Amino acid sequence: MTLLEAIIAIPIVAALAIAFGSPTRPTAMAAAAINLLLILMAFAQYDLSVEGVYQLAGSHPIITVPSVEQPGAQSILLGLSTGVDGISLVLLLLTGLVTLAAVWVSPAEDQIKGSKRLYYLSSLLISAGALGAFCSTDLFFFFAFHELALIPTFLMIGIFGSGPNRVRVAWKMTIYLGVGSMILLAGLVALFVALGGQSLQFGDLQGWANAPAAIASASLENGIFLTLLIGFGILVSLFPFHTWAPEAYATAPTPTAMLHAGVLKKFGLYGLIRIALPMLPNGAAHWQTLLLVLLVGNILYVGYVTMAQKRFDLMLGNSSVMHMGYAFLGIASLNVIGVQGAVLLMFAHGISIALLFALNGHLRKRFGTLEFDRIGGGLGKLLPTLGLLFGFAIMASIGLPGFANFAAEVMIFFGGFAGLYSQQEGIVIGPVQIATMCAIWGVVISAVYGLRAYRNLFMGPLPDSSKERKLVDLTLAERLPLILLIVALLVIGCAPGLLIKYLIPSIENISHLAG
Amino acid sequence: MEEQNLPWIILLLPLLSAVSILLFTRRSGNISALISTGSALITLLLGVVLLRMPDDAVVAAFPWLNLSSNFVVEIGFQIDQLSRGMMFVVTAIGAAVHVFSLAYMKDDEGKARYFAGLSFFMFSMTGIVFANNFVMMFVFWELVGFSSYVLIGHWFEKNSAADAAKKAFLTNRIGDFGFMIGILLVWGLTKSIYFTQIASEVVDEQVLEGVSNGLLMAMVLCVFCGAIGKSAQVPLHVWLPDAMEGPTPVSALIHAATMVAAGVYMLARISFLIPMSAGAGEVIAWIGAITALIAALMALQQDDIKRILAYSTLSQLGYMVMAVGIHAADAAMFHLFTHAFFKALLFLGSGAVIYACHHEQNIWKMGGLAKKMPITFVTFVIGTAALMGLPFVTSGFFSKEAILGAALHGHKALFVIAAFIVLLTAFYMTRLIVVAFLGKDRSDNAAKAKEVPALMWVPLVLLAVPSVVAGYEFFYKGMKLSPMSPAHEGPVNVWLIVISAAMLVFGIGMAFWGYRGESTEPMRLNRIAQVFAHKFYIDEAYAWLIKVFQDGLAAFTNFFDRAVLDGVIARLPAAGAFRLGSVMRRLQSGNLQSYGFLFGLGAVLIIYLVVFK
Repeated sequence: MTLLEAIIAIPIVAALAIAFGSPTRPTAMAAAAINLLLILMAFAQYDLSVEGVYQLAGSHPIITVPSVEQPGAQSILLGLSTGVDGISLVLLLLTGLVTLAAVWVSPAEDQIKGSKRLYYLSSLLISAGALGAFCSTDLFFFFAFHELALIPTFLMIGIFGSGPNRVRVAWKMTIYLGVGSMILLAGLVALFVALGGQSLQFGDLQGWANAPAAIASASLENGIFLTLLIGFGILVSLFPFHTWAPEAYATAPTPTAMLHAGVLKKFGLYGLIRIALPMLPNGAAHWQTLLLVLLVGNILYVGYVTMAQKRFDLMLGNSSVMHMGYAFLGIASLNVIGVQGAVLLMFAHGISIALLFALNGHLRKRFGTLEFDRIGGGLGKLLPTLGLLFGFAIMASIGLPGFANFAAEVMIFFGGFAGLYSQQEGIVIGPVQIATMCAIWGVVISAVYGLRAYRNLFMGPLPDSSKERKLVDLTLAERLPLILLIVALLVIGCAPGLLIKYLIPSIENISHLAG
Repeated sequence: MEEQNLPWIILLLPLLSAVSILLFTRRSGNISALISTGSALITLLLGVVLLRMPDDAVVAAFPWLNLSSNFVVEIGFQIDQLSRGMMFVVTAIGAAVHVFSLAYMKDDEGKARYFAGLSFFMFSMTGIVFANNFVMMFVFWELVGFSSYVLIGHWFEKNSAADAAKKAFLTNRIGDFGFMIGILLVWGLTKSIYFTQIASEVVDEQVLEGVSNGLLMAMVLCVFCGAIGKSAQVPLHVWLPDAMEGPTPVSALIHAATMVAAGVYMLARISFLIPMSAGAGEVIAWIGAITALIAALMALQQDDIKRILAYSTLSQLGYMVMAVGIHAADAAMFHLFTHAFFKALLFLGSGAVIYACHHEQNIWKMGGLAKKMPITFVTFVIGTAALMGLPFVTSGFFSKEAILGAALHGHKALFVIAAFIVLLTAFYMTRLIVVAFLGKDRSDNAAKAKEVPALMWVPLVLLAVPSVVAGYEFFYKGMKLSPMSPAHEGPVNVWLIVISAAMLVFGIGMAFWGYRGESTEPMRLNRIAQVFAHKFYIDEAYAWLIKVFQDGLAAFTNFFDRAVLDGVIARLPAAGAFRLGSVMRRLQSGNLQSYGFLFGLGAVLIIYLVVFK
C-alpha cells in the first residue's frame, strides 16, 4: 500500500470502525491527526527536482487493453491509480488541515441529536472522498470519489442541519449537484472517447492530448470544454449556477459546511486545472471570454448579494460563492502566475472559510440565531477571545496582507495583467484586464460586508438582551482548532513560497499557458 | 551587530513587541505598555544610527512571493536619504507618542490592545518607508490601514468610534482599488515593480516611448489614488476627521504626522513617474490645492479641538500633494518633515488639554487654560506659530515658503489659492487659541483643569524644539535628518515673504478681533458659516449615495437572486423534473437518479444543439 492509498484509506477505515462501535470522537480525531501527519510526510517524500510525472504513484489495474504504443503489451484502461503533483499536494494539505479542524470543532456527543456515529463518520467520508479525488490519476475514480463525498453531505444537511427547511435544502443541493455531476460525467465521457477511448489514466490522456490535432474538430473540443466548464462550474457555484450554495451552507452543520465549502467545492476548480485546461487548451481559449463574464458575475453580482444579507451564515455562504470568482479568474487568465494564484487561493479560501464557518457555529451555539439585528452587537467586551479570533478570520477573508488570501489574490491580479503588453499586439486592455479590475473592486466589496459583519456583531454598545444571556467565551478546547487554521493562513501568507515552490513546476508544465 | 541587519531590526522589533503582547501579556496592560514603549525607544535610537548608513549599503532581502521563476516580490530595503529621513521622523514621533500614551492611557481597560496596536503600526509604517518595490509598499500600506482601524476603533463599544474605524478602512480600500490597478499598469508597462529599476529603465531606455499619454496618465493617476485614500485628499477625505474618534495620541502619530503623510511619501518615492505623462501632475496639484482650500474653510467653523486640527492636517497634506503635482517633491517632503513635528505637538497638546478637562473636546467649553496649563499653552503656541508659518522663527515658515515658491514659479492660480490658505490657517488657529486658552473658563471641567504630569509635558517640550528649528539648514542638513535631497538654492523671493506675512497678520488680526471675549460662536447663524460647519454637506451626500447606489444595488441583486436565479433557473427545471417524476412514478421509478439523469440528458442535448449545429 502506498502512502497515498493509506491517506485515502485511513478515514474510510476509521469511518467503518465508528460504524461498528469504535468510540466516535477519539477515533475520528486520531484518524484526522494521523492523516495530517501522513500528508506532511507526502510533502517530505515529494521530489521537487522531478518534473512532469505523478509522484508517490501506485496503480491497481482493473481493466487492461492491448497497448497502442507497444504491440503485445497491455496498458491500463481503468485502474485505481493514485499519484500527486504539486497542485494535488497543496490540496491534500488543505484537506488534512480542514478535516482535523472540522472533527475537532464537532460538538460533544451528548449535544448531537440523532445518531452520533453517523455524525462523525460523515465528516471522515467527505474527507476521504476529497482526498481520493485529489489523489486519483484515473478519470473514473477522480469522478467517483467526489460523488462518494456528496452522499454524507446530503445526509448531514438533511438530518443534522439547522432550521425547519433542512430536508428541502438538502434535496435542492443534491439535485443541483447531481445535475452538475451528470453534465460533468457527459463531458468526461466525451473527452475519453474523443481522445481515443483507450485509457482513463491521466498520464495517457494528457499524452494524447499533447499530440497535434489530438481532437479532430475544433467544435468538438469547444463543446467538450463547455460541458466540463458547466459541469465543474455548477459544483463550484459558478454564476449563475450558484444559488444552491448559500442556503446549503447556512443550513449545514458546522463540520459539513467547513468540509464542503472549504474542501470539496474545490474539486471543480481542481478538475478544470487538472483536466479541462491542459487537455483542451483550444477550448479554454475559445470560452475564455464567457468564463470571464460569468466569474465577474460571481465577484460583482454575488458580491452585492452578499452585502444585502441580514444573517451572518447566509453572508458567509454568499461570500464563499463570491470568492470562487477569484479562483476562476486565475484560471481564466490562462497564465502561469494566474493559475498558481488560483491554486493558492483554493488553499487560502478553503482554510479561511472553514475558520469562518467554525466561528459561525460558535455564535449559533451561543445565540441560536445568526441574524445581525437579533444579536445586536457589542460582543467584543463580553467575548474577547471569540472577538479576537473572529477578527483574524474576517481580516483573512477580506485579504489583509500577511494572510495567505492576500498573496493568492495578488498573484491572480498579476496573472490578469501579465498579458497587458505583447510584442505582436502592443498594449491591449482586453477582457482579462477588465475582469481583473472588476475583481479588484470586489476587494472593496468584501471589505464592506466583512467589516459590516464585524461591526454589527462585536462593536458598538452591548444590548440588554445579551447582558441577560450567560455568554461564555471560547474555552481552550474550542480555541485550538481555530488557532490551527489561523496559523496555517499566517504561515502561508508570510511565506507563500513554502507552497508555491511545489506549484511552479507543476503549473509551468501545463505547456500552453502563457509564461 | 552587523550594519546590514539594522533595517531588519528596526522593522521587526515593533512586530516582535506587538506579537508578544498579543500572545503573552494581553492581560497585563502595564507590562504591555513597557514592552511597546521600550521597543519604540530602541527603534528611535536605531533610527538615529541608521542616518549614518550609506546609500550603497546592501541589505539582504527576503523573497516573499515568487510569482514565477524569474519574478520575485521581495521584502527588500531601499536605504537612501528619503527613507532614512522619513524613518527618523517616524521613530522620533513614535517614541514621543508612546511616552505620552503611558500617561494618557494610564487607566484604560484596553491598554494592552492599544499598545499592541501602536507597535504594529510602527512595524507597518517602517515597512512603507523601507519598501523598495510597489508590492511591498502595498502590503504595508494595507497593514497601516489595519492598525489605523484597530486604533480608531479602540473604544469600539462607542458607536461613533466603531463607525469611524470602519469608514476609515473602507475609504482607504477605495483608494487602494486604484492603487492596485496603478501598480499592475506600472508592472504591465515596465515589467518591473522595483523603484530603482523602473526609474533607470523609464529614464534611460525610454521603455514607455510608444505608450499613449492616456494610458500613462491612467497609470500615474491610479497610483495616485492610493495617496488620495491614505493622505485623505478630496474626494476621499471624509474618513480623517472621523478618525479623531481614536485616542488622541493615536491621532497625533497616525492621523497627523506619519501614516497620512505616507501618501506624500509614496508620491515622492515615485515622483520620477509623474513627468512621464503630460497633465497628470496638474491633476495631482489641483486635487491637492482643492483639498487644502476646502479643508481650511471647514476648519473655520469646527468646535471640537481635535477636529479643527484634523481639518488643518487635511489642509497641510493638500499643500504637500500640490507640491508633488508641480514637480516639487522636495518641497513636499520638506513640509512633511516639519509638519510632522509641529502637528504631532499640536495634537499631543490637544490631548493634554482634553485630559486636563476630563475628556471635554469642545473649545467653547474651555477657556482660560493658558494660566492653568502654562507648559501646554506655550508649547501649543509654538506649534501654532509653526503651523501658521511665522516668518524666520518657525520650521513651518521655511517649508511653506518652499511650496509657495514652487507654486509661484509653476502655476499662478495655485499660488493664489495657497497664499489665501495662509490667511485661513492663521484665522482658524488664532480662533482656537483665543477661545480655548484665553478669556474666562466656561465650564466646570475647564475651571478645574491643571497642568498635566511630566510624562505628558516632556514629549510636548521635546517636540517643540524641532517645531522651531527643523526648518534651519544646520538642523536638517547638518544632522542628515531630513528626508529631502539638498534644497534648491535660489534667491529668496522678498515678495513671497511679504505676501504671506501680510496674509498671516491679516488672518491673526481678524480672528483675534472677532473672537476675543466671545463665549459662543458669533458666526453661528451665518449661512456660509453653516456650510463650512457642515463640511459642505459632503458626508451627507456620500451617505445618500451609499444608501441609494450601494445598498440599493445590493438589495436589488439580492431580490433578483432569489426571484430569478433561484426561483426560475433553479426551481423551474426542478419543478419540471418533479412533474416528469410524477409521470415516471406511475412507471414506478420516481427517484432522484431519474430526475438527475433526465435533467443532465436535457442539458447535454441543449449544449449539443448550441455548439454543434
